[in-house]
Amino acid sequence: MDGSNRDVLTGEQKIRNFSINFGPQHPAAHGVLRMVLELDGEIVERADPHIGLLHRGTEKLMESRTYLQSLPYLDRLDYVAPMNQEHAWCLAIEKLTGVEIPRRASLIRVLYSEIGRILNHIMNTCSQAMDVGALTPNLWGFEEREKLMIFYERACGARLHANYFRPGGVHQDLPEDLLADIDAWADEFPKVLDDIEALLTENRIFKQRNVDVAVVSQQDVLDWGMTGVMARGSGLAWDLRRAQPYECYDEFDFKIPVGKNGDCYDRYLCRMEEMRESVKIIHQAIEKLDQCKGEDVLARGKLTPPKRGDMKTSMEALIHHFKLYTEGFHVPAGEVYACVEAPKGEFGVFIVADGTNKPYKAKLRAPGYSHLQAVDHIAKGHQLADVAAIIGTIDIVFGEIDR
Amino acid sequence: MREALLNVIAVLEAKQPDALVSAEINPRNELEVYVTPAHIVDFVDFLKTHPGCQFTSLIDITAVDYPDREKRFDVVYHFLSMTQNQRIRVKISVAEDEMVDSIVEIHPSANWPEREVFDMYGILFANHPDLRRLLTDYGFKGHPLRKDFPTTGYVELRYDEAEKRVVYEPVELTQEYRQFDFMSPWEGAEYILPGDEKKEA
Repeated sequence: MDGSNRDVLTGEQKIRNFSINFGPQHPAAHGVLRMVLELDGEIVERADPHIGLLHRGTEKLMESRTYLQSLPYLDRLDYVAPMNQEHAWCLAIEKLTGVEIPRRASLIRVLYSEIGRILNHIMNTCSQAMDVGALTPNLWGFEEREKLMIFYERACGARLHANYFRPGGVHQDLPEDLLADIDAWADEFPKVLDDIEALLTENRIFKQRNVDVAVVSQQDVLDWGMTGVMARGSGLAWDLRRAQPYECYDEFDFKIPVGKNGDCYDRYLCRMEEMRESVKIIHQAIEKLDQCKGEDVLARGKLTPPKRGDMKTSMEALIHHFKLYTEGFHVPAGEVYACVEAPKGEFGVFIVADGTNKPYKAKLRAPGYSHLQAVDHIAKGHQLADVAAIIGTIDIVFGEIDR
Repeated sequence: MREALLNVIAVLEAKQPDALVSAEINPRNELEVYVTPAHIVDFVDFLKTHPGCQFTSLIDITAVDYPDREKRFDVVYHFLSMTQNQRIRVKISVAEDEMVDSIVEIHPSANWPEREVFDMYGILFANHPDLRRLLTDYGFKGHPLRKDFPTTGYVELRYDEAEKRVVYEPVELTQEYRQFDFMSPWEGAEYILPGDEKKEA
C-alpha cells in the first residue's frame, strides 16, 4: 500500500445529506406549510419553509374595495382569533380620520379581543400537546372554544368570520343576557385550565418534548423581529397592551407573564398564564360594561350608519345610509401604521390613503410571518421529531402568513 | 412622546446628514424619514446601533407603487425600538430599474420581507442571499402588487381529469370584473357625461 489511511471513506461510502418534504399535507404543519428539511441522520441541518400555498392576494383585493368592504378580509387572516385583526384595521382608520369611539364600544372591543386571545391560546397549547403526543387536552380545549364561539355568534351572528368591529365602534350592542353568560363562563374557565395543566405541566413526556427545545435568546428576538409570546417567553416583558396602550387597556389591571429560558415549555407556561390574565380582563370589562348600559356603540358620523329610527324620519339620514353602503366613506390622505397585541404577537396594518374611499395601499404585518422565518435558525441542530414541537410553539396560522 | 421623537430627529440630522433627505412627525405622532437609497444600509445600521436610536427590531418592509412618478417605488421600512418604546418609518424612492441594497446583514429578519417585495413589486435587492419568489406560485410571471397588474391576474389553474395534472389557462370570467367609479359627476369625475360636450360649442 502507499501508506494512505485505509479508514478514509471511498466515494460510495460517503453519505449524502437527506432532504425530505415536511408537508404541504402534514397534520403537524398547522395548515399548508411545505418545508424542505435537509437532514444529517436525524439532525436537521437546514429548514426551508415554502409558504404562499394559501396566498389569496388580500392586499391587492383591498386596493379595489372600500374601507368597509375590506374589513371581512381581516377575519380571514388569522382565523383562530379573527376579531383581533379587525381591531388593527379599525384603529388605523380611526387614527387617519381622527374619530373617537364611544366608551361602551371600546370596552366591547377589549372584551372580545381577550376572548380572541383565549380562543387562540387554547388552540395553540392544546394542539401543541397533540403534536407531542397528548390527545386529551385538545378535546377538552375545543369544548371551551366551542362555548367561546357561541359568544361570538351571539354578538355578531357568525362563529368564525365575525365582521363585528367597525371603524367608529362595533356593529351593534350585545344582547341582554350575554354579558352575564360570559361572566359565568369566565368563573368556570380557570377550572378547565387547571385540569389541562394537571395533564400537561408536570407530565414527563410533555416536558421531555418541550423543555430546552427551540431556545430563543433575547438577541434572537430582536434580530428576527419576534413579538408576542415569542418575545415574552425569552424574558422580554414586551406587550403592546402595556407598552403602547391602545383602546382602554390602560384602565385594566393585568399582569404580563414572562418566561426565563425561552424554550417551548416556557412559552407554553406563558400562554397558560396569559389566559388567566385574559379572564381577569374579561371580568373587569364586564363590570365596566355594566356601568354604561344602553349607551351608543357607534361614533355617529360620516364613518358609521345613522340610527334606524332617524332613517324613518330624516331624509339626510337616509341619504347618508345609502351613500355609506354604496360609495363608502372617504379617508383623508396620509399614511398610518396601527398595531395591536394580537394573541400571536404584533399585528399591524399600514395604510396609505389617497383621500378616496379605497386604500391606495394596505400592508398587513402578521406576527407569524417573522416567527416562521426564524424556523431555519431555531430548528438547526434539532432532531427531526422536534420540528413538530417547534412549529407548534411558534404558533403559526397560514391565513395570516400567506395573506 | 413628541419630544422623544424630536430628539431622534435631532440625532439623525447631526449624525447622518448625507443620508437624510427629510424627516417629519406626522399628525398621528409617527416619525417618518426619507433616506437616499445609496445610504440605506449605513443608515439602518446607525439606527440599530446608536444609543440614541436603538431601533433593533425590524417590523416590516413593504413598497408602494406610484406609476406616474419618475422614481416609481417607495420602499418602506418599519422599525421598532423596544428599549426606547419608539417606532420609525424609513422610506426610500427608487426607479423601476434601480437596485436596492439589502439589509439582511444587519437584520436577518429582512430576508423574507425583501423576498416578498421582490415578488410583489419586482424590486431587486443587491447582496440578498436568496432572492426567490416567496408568496406566489412556482414559476409565476409578473409582480402582482404593481398598479398595472390586473386584480384578476392573467392565468387560472384547474385540475384536468383527462391529463391527470394541474393545467394553467388564460383567465376567463363569466362576468366582467367590476370596477366601480365612485366619483360623483360634480365632484371631479374625469370623464365627460353624454351631453356635456354641447356646453363647449
